[in-house]
Amino acid sequence: MIHVFLIIFLISLFYMAIANRMLTYVNILALQGVLLFFVVFFQLKEISTLNLVLILLETIVFKSLAVPLFLKYILKRNKITREAEPFLPHFVSLIIVTLIVVVTILLSNSIKDTNLDKIFFVVALSTLFTGLYFIASRRKIITHVMGYLIIENGVFVLSLAVGNEMPMLVNLGIMLDIFASVLILGIFLNKIGDVFKEVDVNQLTNLKDY
Amino acid sequence: MTLIYLIGAFLIVIGFFVNRNKVINYSLLGLFIILQWTFTIYSLYHFRTTELDYFSFDSLGILLLLTLSIVAVPAALHSFIYIEKHPENPETRSIYFAALVGLITATGVGYLSNHIAVTWIFTEITTLCASALIYHHRTKLALEGTWKYVFICAISITFVFIGILFLSLSLTHAGSDDLSFKNLLANSSKLNPFWLRLSFLFIFTGFTAKLGLVPMFTAGIDAKDKAPAPAGALLASVLMNLGFVGIFRFYIVIANTPLLHWANVVIGIAAFLSVFVATVYMIKVKNLKRMFAYSGIEHMGLVMLGVAAGGVGYYAAILHVVLHALVKSCVFFQYSQIYRIYQNKSIYHIGNYFKYNTTGAIVILFAFISTSAMPPSGLFVSEFLIFRSLFEANQIIVLISVLLLLTMIIWAFGKNIFKILFIPPVDFDDSNLPKISPWESSTQFILLTGAVYLGLNPPVEFVNLIKESIMLLPK
Repeated sequence: MIHVFLIIFLISLFYMAIANRMLTYVNILALQGVLLFFVVFFQLKEISTLNLVLILLETIVFKSLAVPLFLKYILKRNKITREAEPFLPHFVSLIIVTLIVVVTILLSNSIKDTNLDKIFFVVALSTLFTGLYFIASRRKIITHVMGYLIIENGVFVLSLAVGNEMPMLVNLGIMLDIFASVLILGIFLNKIGDVFKEVDVNQLTNLKDY
Repeated sequence: MTLIYLIGAFLIVIGFFVNRNKVINYSLLGLFIILQWTFTIYSLYHFRTTELDYFSFDSLGILLLLTLSIVAVPAALHSFIYIEKHPENPETRSIYFAALVGLITATGVGYLSNHIAVTWIFTEITTLCASALIYHHRTKLALEGTWKYVFICAISITFVFIGILFLSLSLTHAGSDDLSFKNLLANSSKLNPFWLRLSFLFIFTGFTAKLGLVPMFTAGIDAKDKAPAPAGALLASVLMNLGFVGIFRFYIVIANTPLLHWANVVIGIAAFLSVFVATVYMIKVKNLKRMFAYSGIEHMGLVMLGVAAGGVGYYAAILHVVLHALVKSCVFFQYSQIYRIYQNKSIYHIGNYFKYNTTGAIVILFAFISTSAMPPSGLFVSEFLIFRSLFEANQIIVLISVLLLLTMIIWAFGKNIFKILFIPPVDFDDSNLPKISPWESSTQFILLTGAVYLGLNPPVEFVNLIKESIMLLPK
């Protein structure tokens, strides 16, 4: 069952690679939150109930409700255009994401460790690199933030792989999630929207060396 | 005491927000400095003990905590001058001081933590505090700098976290789930090399954002450029040391596994590239503050080269880190006086500094001698030892290329510094200049003299602390 959710999670990355509208991105992030909710529910059987409830709340309330709603609010408030405006065509994006997944699968085959469920490793690592790829290939600052949120989701999947033995690490991951998201989204995206009218990375080139 | 210190610092931070009265703000800052020194002296008397399970007063931690407390006093003093000279409103002032206190506390406790996850948490808190400091002026450029810093630091923090996850995977075979450095060291023979390799790569990459090394150095440069100079001094010295502590403590674990050679190659490549990148930018850069920031990249590159070379390089690396913190913070404190006179960062608009502020110009001259590691600077000793360690490790080609790059750096640095000191600037109206009291430079003379003293005639206790920090490394 866990594997089904993780594979749907992976497929959502492919969909994101070809998605064109900002709202689709937000919706996929919300979907990923729901998927993580189920993964947590089925995976973490050995930890205390209170901790489990906390983690479940984090996925459903924070990842799939609060952050997407806030992103929608920012999109509306700053009147950000609907297109994602990637530097590369969607087709190329799709191929690159596929390549990332294939490479991580090849890498995971070289692991000789029975302790780890390899699918967690594949999903986590390919999510991480896809997130980095999104950051590098999209023009808007808000898509950079979304890329970062994807990376966080990938890290969360990885922390679930060791979650039964070390629940502390999952909690730390949640702390990172909330801390970084609040810092990035809450404080700065608001400010950046006020100061820079067209929120585009090309505007962030004024700090120069000469 | 650690708990009292943390709670005390937290209350002081709250105090800044509750009451924005100027006098109260300054007294709170003074109170914090007293707290900081009480804690430092307490830690000296409780050497080799552990508090709250996660904070050990070990040699490396104490050495850097002492450096931090020494730099913190002039930082508070110059922040006071800075805030007085600029038109500030109560809100930005209290946020500035709260962030400053938070940064110093988080850095200090981060040095002492003996658990990799705790180091990680305090590194995260420094990002938060540093971003408030960088955004102090609320301008478009400050926002750009803050955004880049926060974003890159968030990614690097995530990288460190991934590294910690891999580390926990590598530890599963050892039958233990305690991620403290002590336990890792005790189980170093049982760590799974595959996961350990991945873990080291991620943790190293993550901490380079704080340490200022290739690949994540860019964010730190913008941060030091946009933060007010007294805060920039902390970012360019003690905060970099926090990144060093994160990497070095984990490196001690790696050094006791068969991966030592591989880790040295990774560190060596990153370090050499850092020196190279610093050279390229130092030749081109025209913004004085950024030039000082790039000089920091060069020094951290040298430190990590010393670590990679091993042998006497370990000793030299720690010595260099301490001395660099003293010298580089001094440069940034002096920069704030330069800016007050010229109101400009560009080298084209700064010049003839000897005429306008003689005491400050002498500081800049001495600081140049110190940072470029010419005798009698203390950095000369540590840099010399780093070169010796490279020589003894038979890395002649690396050594020669680093020496060539350093020559270029000294040329570029010297060219700009002597222009600042002697050549009159273009279109500069010197009719209405602010008076700068020579006493403001006194802290910088103390820092520079301290660096010379520690380098040329180190006290026995100081040497013993460094030797004990590197005791667990292979000879």
